[in-house]
Amino acid sequence: MLGPASVQDLGRVGQYRFGVGTSGAMDDIALRAGNILLGNDENAAGVEIAFAPFKLRFNADAAFALTGADGGAELNGRLLPPWWRACAHAGDILVLKAMSRGARSYLTVAGGIDVPLVLGSRSTQLRGEFGGFHGRALQPGDILPCDRSESPDDAGELGAEPADIALRQRTLASGARRIRVIIAGEYDRYDEAARQLFWHTDWRVTPQSNRYGYRLEGPPVQPIVPIEKRSHGIVPGVIQIPPNGQPIIQLRDAQTSGGYPKFATVVEADLWRIGQAGLGSRLRFEPISHQEALAAQAEVSVYLERLRASVRLQGEL
Amino acid sequence: MSSAGPCISLLGTTAVLLEAPGAMDLPTQRRIWNLAALISGWPGVREAIPGVTNLMVTFISPPSAIGTFVDALRDAWDEAGETELVGREVEMAVTYGGELGFSLHDVAEHTGLSIDEVVARHAAPLYVVFALGSHPGYCYLGGMDPSLTVPRRRSPLQSVAGGSVSIGGSQTGVAASPGPSGWHTIGHTRWTFFDPSWPIPAALAPGDRVRFKIERVIR
Repeated sequence: MLGPASVQDLGRVGQYRFGVGTSGAMDDIALRAGNILLGNDENAAGVEIAFAPFKLRFNADAAFALTGADGGAELNGRLLPPWWRACAHAGDILVLKAMSRGARSYLTVAGGIDVPLVLGSRSTQLRGEFGGFHGRALQPGDILPCDRSESPDDAGELGAEPADIALRQRTLASGARRIRVIIAGEYDRYDEAARQLFWHTDWRVTPQSNRYGYRLEGPPVQPIVPIEKRSHGIVPGVIQIPPNGQPIIQLRDAQTSGGYPKFATVVEADLWRIGQAGLGSRLRFEPISHQEALAAQAEVSVYLERLRASVRLQGEL
Repeated sequence: MSSAGPCISLLGTTAVLLEAPGAMDLPTQRRIWNLAALISGWPGVREAIPGVTNLMVTFISPPSAIGTFVDALRDAWDEAGETELVGREVEMAVTYGGELGFSLHDVAEHTGLSIDEVVARHAAPLYVVFALGSHPGYCYLGGMDPSLTVPRRRSPLQSVAGGSVSIGGSQTGVAASPGPSGWHTIGHTRWTFFDPSWPIPAALAPGDRVRFKIERVIR
């Protein structure tokens, strides 16, 4: 299990100087898409769901959307398509039965989950026990407050093109997910054999993987000589290799600094692919340039802009 | 100042890291503080965050010409002065060893020192807060006796208690809340480092000074 459900927005930025990391949705694109479908601010908080079955009752009429992994969602027993906006009535039951095509689903509601802003964000800071819903993961029986002041009366149902289709990557013969990275500070401290080993391994996502980081398993990758660094800032996506030679991808709830050698950093445009990689799945890393990484991020922007336009158009019909 | 230049590397497209050449000492750290204040005002920069003789710069949006930014950062380092931050002095009572300081014996064994000598050397200095990072309110402290140096764990522990006083490499610090750690825990304190409801959420800031008071040693 990749972790419990939690309230997340796009993250708590600008607080690194207090040691406060970003938190935020592991699949930022899915959260944005859900909010776009509802006409919400794209930074509105939603619920990140990393396991199934997940069951929820609506206490009031509400438009909602489900994006990210296909949870096989049913509203009062009626199957909903993935990446879909629908309307629930008070008393309706929503169930996510099993995750497929990804690892995390996002439930967004019109107006957003109305938890207090803490240090500029509604994301759950699990380590600091603040933000989100009382600073913790969700538990059975929790009642989530929703901001219903701006809820549309009857938005009607609407779908969005899923990101994993719109931003599809060519698949590898091995079935591993292709993840693009930029090489990082200590890359030069590995010899050619170690580098080739890193690039040509299908790294397995181990059960010690969660919102803090993904610990990967494969043949040990070792630097030419052991590296002990002074602690420095890191960001989500940094791939460290501790002395056991098994890479760790630091993610949204990671510590904001570290000292293990850094081999590479997952580009911003592919972080959501990590968020959607389940336990036991395999990752293959591919080095790209800074310019190529910006181009990859621009593709994400184009996709989101297309989605905004199509939702606007739908609203005008 | 060292004639060698800083090492500048990319952290994806969202951040850049500058590592100062030379020793892990206060003059170098003062130069980092100076650089941080300067870079924080640059357009497109979200934060300039001091680490231990290094600086991470995060962006509001990534520079389109990263080479130009890296050159400007290098020039800024060359021209940086030293900012002397002298903050408040705090005392933290520490219980060394025992269940919450379970690596005290390992540190003694690795350094070849007695338990009492490890504790005495760890509690002797007036430490300087070099930087905040890792987790909310956590402080990296400068000034540890180099004879207490112990390499970080081969693989990090999934969780240590909040208040854990630990050594990692040639650094020391105190966990501000429970969480994973690659360091060696030698003691425990009940001091409060962070509260999100405070106007400034972290209790300590770079330049503050910390003294550990030996409350008890469990051998």
